[in-house]
Amino acid sequence: MGSYAERDVIPRVAVRRWPRVRARFSRDGLSTFLFLVPLLAIFGLFSWFPIIRAFVMSLQETNLVSIPTFVGLENFARVLADPVFAIAVRNTAYFALLALVIGFPIPIVLAVIMSETRRGKGLMSALAYLPVVVPPVVSVLLWRFFFDASATGVFNTMLGWIGLGPLPWLQNSASAMPSIVIEATWAAAGGTVIIYLAALLSVPPELYDAAEVDGASIWQKIRNVTLPQLRGVLFVTLILQLIATAQVFTEPFLFTGGGPANSTTTVLLLIYHYAFQNSLGGEYGMAAALSIMLAGFLAVFTAGYFWLTRSWSTSS
Amino acid sequence: MIRTPRRSFARMAAVAITAVGLFSACSPSASPSPSASTAPSQAPGASPSAVAEHKPVTITVGVLRPGATQEAADALNLQIDQFEAKYPWITIQSEEYNWTAPTFTAALAAGTLPDVFTIPFTDGKGLIAQHQIVNIDARIRALPYVDKFNKNVLVNGQDADGKIWAVPTQAYGMSLTYNRTLFKQAGLDPDKPPTTWDEVKAAAKTIAEKTGKAGFAEMATQNTGGWQLTTMTYSLGGRMETVADDGKVTATLTNPATKSALQYLHDLRWNDSSMGSTFDYAWGSINQAFSAGQIGMFTGGSDLYTAMVQNNGLKADDYGVTTIPLANDPNAGVLGGGTLAAVNVNTTEDQRDAAVTWIDWYYMSKLLTQDGAVADAKALAANKQPVGVPALPIFDKATYDESQTWIKDYINVPTAQMTSFTSKIFDQQLVNEPVAHTQDLYAALDPVVQAVLTDKNANIDALLDAANTQVQAILDKG
Repeated sequence: MGSYAERDVIPRVAVRRWPRVRARFSRDGLSTFLFLVPLLAIFGLFSWFPIIRAFVMSLQETNLVSIPTFVGLENFARVLADPVFAIAVRNTAYFALLALVIGFPIPIVLAVIMSETRRGKGLMSALAYLPVVVPPVVSVLLWRFFFDASATGVFNTMLGWIGLGPLPWLQNSASAMPSIVIEATWAAAGGTVIIYLAALLSVPPELYDAAEVDGASIWQKIRNVTLPQLRGVLFVTLILQLIATAQVFTEPFLFTGGGPANSTTTVLLLIYHYAFQNSLGGEYGMAAALSIMLAGFLAVFTAGYFWLTRSWSTSS
Repeated sequence: MIRTPRRSFARMAAVAITAVGLFSACSPSASPSPSASTAPSQAPGASPSAVAEHKPVTITVGVLRPGATQEAADALNLQIDQFEAKYPWITIQSEEYNWTAPTFTAALAAGTLPDVFTIPFTDGKGLIAQHQIVNIDARIRALPYVDKFNKNVLVNGQDADGKIWAVPTQAYGMSLTYNRTLFKQAGLDPDKPPTTWDEVKAAAKTIAEKTGKAGFAEMATQNTGGWQLTTMTYSLGGRMETVADDGKVTATLTNPATKSALQYLHDLRWNDSSMGSTFDYAWGSINQAFSAGQIGMFTGGSDLYTAMVQNNGLKADDYGVTTIPLANDPNAGVLGGGTLAAVNVNTTEDQRDAAVTWIDWYYMSKLLTQDGAVADAKALAANKQPVGVPALPIFDKATYDESQTWIKDYINVPTAQMTSFTSKIFDQQLVNEPVAHTQDLYAALDPVVQAVLTDKNANIDALLDAANTQVQAILDKG
């Protein structure tokens, strides 16, 4: 029990502080906090809790029904010892490289062409964006018809008109991955085109006028005006693309299931195979371990990328 | 920016309503159920006292595959009505269900399987060991026919102590399915299908040359590549696993029969060009391609006719089935498999009782009683569903033969086109699937089959060595 003095002091302090606290919360804190609660709850439940759960699961052996047992880093060791892991990493890197070579420049070229067009810019933007609107499952099933390896397949028929083919497309280890990248580029380019187009349209026209006065050719204008003005956007889209390609799943899953002979098994597809290939409950621990490894790699890679290119970013 | 409270509330309400709508759209009840029936208020077949003894109970059953025709759904609804008339305290809700290796484990982990579902023989032991299905031993042993089960078949649903956790409902032997129309177009006699692997090879080449279609096709994805390679291996006298006296299982994927089988496929693909241009078939897609007239021959279960009619619009005239050719080797045999019915662990005791009642009525009575067999055949025939598809006995052969005589007036499948199979299958040695980690073994062999079919220079020995090492590691882990 406190003394009279304590009893006297505490309420006075409380009285003195409370209006301040209340004022603070009512001014900018409490309402903000209350509005944040649903967001925090949803993020916590659907984003942060699964991340923590995945981390815990990576240290466990579990079939999601029986009581899990902790196995330390065994799942990580088993993933690293799996011969398919190296294949999946190689395939993912190959996909990222092909996506970079094929998929990165095409949207830039399309955006530059569209920005230079005087009429129908809106229509072209809509047409370029249309593939993004098509659900991935639908577009993949559509492209499976195009990639039909028989002589009567859509692409093979077209190749036949010029005396080429038929090509095996998805039915051959060498051509399966490039085929997937072609479809993925078609499906995703529209979104990037719109971003580049917006960036291009924000380039001050005086810069082009000045370049023209200096007698610059179209190529020189692109090289010395357009690309430097786009570098901030390029910087961000490149890292976003690299992160996305490292996590490619939908296309190889729907097109080939990782085949033929694991030639399109990517890291994410391997995670899926660990978890779901065996109908008797998969290696959820290994799947979680590889997920954590991939997330760690991407975090380090992104940090390294930002550090290496910090002088190149617009803020410098 | 200034927001009026009313507008914010309206937005929140809109979001909430949308979210509720989305959640309800995602819930199972939002998807159309093949069964729209409810328990009749007065059961014509049940006495009032029987009704009064039981509490009302509802169970979900997974019978129809996604994409089944309306006729198949109508036939099931009719059967559900009959069941609910007999057992008015039980309400049956049908859910679309199809066992595939990747989807089953997800549904199992998520707890979204129906209360009664079916699994292949290969999954019985594993699910029992992990207690992922219900022990229904006492309930099944209370049924009068439990001693009549073929012991070699029942064992797939039993634990080491002989307790019954899952009930065999269907058994099949692997077969060679062939397209009679393509045979005719290629100048081959559809009533004399190939009886040796060399004849299969010759027929495949002729079909490919004469019709432009795949003479022979092979499943190769979703673990089916390993399954079919095992089928061919068995037919040549090989085995994928050996079990020592102490129970230790050894992987034998590098056996000579498997190598011969892969070399055979390699020759069909690369020397004869008789396998078409698609090499990523799974169970569903090969049925679809066959029904569409794209494939001359393939190996699969002898019970495929039903699925191809219900899901793929197979023309009966196209269909022919014969036994798998067996090599002249004492170990050569036909891979046999089948289906078990199991009960979901997320059920109440009342639901488990109802589940076993459903299993007894829907799956068993048609095999054992004339009334059950006739009622089942009538319901199927009335909705143009196949009756009389070749199967292997769950009980003894005499019981199976007798059940066929009960339904002979309702048989609507082209039995004359199946005699090559039905007249010879009982003379062939049936061999069970590999006993340990069967699906893992099949999964390890998928890339091997794919490599042989897509890479002319595939090194069969090296591929099998790698797969064998992989499987042995899994077996050693236990």
